[in-house]
Amino acid sequence: MTVVRRVLPPIAFGVLMVVAWQLTVTVGRIAPFIVPAPSAIWAELVEQRTNVWNAGLASGLNALIGLIGGAVAGILAALVASRFRPLSEVSVPFAAVLNALPIIALAPILNNMFESTSSVPRRLVAGIIAFFPVFINTLRGLREVDPIHRELMHSYAASGWTFARKVRLPGALPFVFTGLRQASSLAVIAAVVAEYFGGLQDGLGSRITSAAAFTAYPRAWAFVVGACLLGLVFYLSTLLLERLVMPWKSRLIT
Amino acid sequence: MSHRVDAAAPGPERTSPVRAAVSVDGVTKVFNPGRPDQVRALSNVDLTVAEGQFVTLIGPSGCGKSTLLRLIADLISPTMGTITVAGQPAAKARLRQEYGIAFQQSGLFEWRTVLRNVELPLELRGMSRADRKARAEEMLALVGLPDFADHYPAQLSGGMQQRVAIARALAVSPPLLLMDEPFGALDEMTRERLQTELLQICAQTATTTVFVTHSISEAVFLSNRVVVMSPRPGRITASIDVDLPTRDDAARQSPAFFDAITAVRRALRAAPAVAP
Repeated sequence: MTVVRRVLPPIAFGVLMVVAWQLTVTVGRIAPFIVPAPSAIWAELVEQRTNVWNAGLASGLNALIGLIGGAVAGILAALVASRFRPLSEVSVPFAAVLNALPIIALAPILNNMFESTSSVPRRLVAGIIAFFPVFINTLRGLREVDPIHRELMHSYAASGWTFARKVRLPGALPFVFTGLRQASSLAVIAAVVAEYFGGLQDGLGSRITSAAAFTAYPRAWAFVVGACLLGLVFYLSTLLLERLVMPWKSRLIT
Repeated sequence: MSHRVDAAAPGPERTSPVRAAVSVDGVTKVFNPGRPDQVRALSNVDLTVAEGQFVTLIGPSGCGKSTLLRLIADLISPTMGTITVAGQPAAKARLRQEYGIAFQQSGLFEWRTVLRNVELPLELRGMSRADRKARAEEMLALVGLPDFADHYPAQLSGGMQQRVAIARALAVSPPLLLMDEPFGALDEMTRERLQTELLQICAQTATTTVFVTHSISEAVFLSNRVVVMSPRPGRITASIDVDLPTRDDAARQSPAFFDAITAVRRALRAAPAVAP
């Protein structure tokens, strides 16, 4: 009952939007290069489903490898930075500045550094982009400890290592997942968009550009839908992982 | 019932035949010494708590009652003076887990189940898995929560969380229990129920308790002795012995209860006049 009440409104809203879109395009006679009708996109999606699936797998694998690499590096870097206070004071502004740079712009340079059949550049871009939200959030979580927990562990005469293992690390988990949620969407975007700048052309990004270049707009949109679905799969998987790792959280998004 | 309103010289307790569970001698605590924001939190405080006694520290905000409790717990160290807990320096007593402590916030670890929260101090003592589980279950039964062992703290009400915190504080069977306004955030009904429970638990386990509160009725109902403190600088201005015939709900209506409340209130009002 509650599930229905929670799920129904957004679905109804989505359906309504698609219907409105379809009506606007057909009634308003809008040219497909501006925006194609949902029915046309759907027809292309069905026709191209093997291509969308394969391209999605290629981009998804790049995003996944980048996400895992970036997240592991981000967590390790945060552990090191939180251990040495001066290091964290230096690294946070440094990371914030680096994060403000358009890292996707590195893609053409990375593409030239490796062979044209290499998947490494796209994975590197996805990894670098995933690194920052994980690093910044994990570091914040590691540094924010409830003062009462600190006093309690002090009263138990717990060593620094015990304190880190029993309090600091589990306490940082919600922050780690906040970072991972952001990183999972960003990694997909990075993996797709990195293909716009050359390199190996087997993912969703290259399909979108080539379809658009051939003025096959509904087909381009079909691959965009594929990219949306891929992003959604990554985001939902992260939510699921969060729920599995932190069973004590009754609500996921607070 | 005897009222003594000059605790500056708490002579009788020092010569008491019962061993002192806590003894505070000439303790002064200055925060941020030598800096512009220097604060003299406690000034020349003497306090002796006999074994098995329930002593409450009461006073307005900023009188240093929580500071005094943290000094006894060795969470902070005194600027001057000495503190002895169970016959040893406070720092050593802390390392040997001679006390359990509970705060206004339960301070439960949200990622641990109720049972594993209670187990934590035992775990840190290196007790075996089976032993600590048995002990934690026993403690949960003592505070009336045997059915909530596998719940997470977020699933419990504030009063239940506070009971878990008390169970955790008592898990290592410490001779001394330190409590800093543990019922301060609870509603009046829950508060009174937990007070009664706490007294039963303390009687069962023969624990000495130092309890911080700013509720006069709570102090009187719980304590053998109410220690009145006043601020700027924090010091003890009175020590009032309370002798209620019983410690149950009927006691809350007894003349002795109201007499003691009046005595504590007078002492609290008198305090600022004494201040320079």
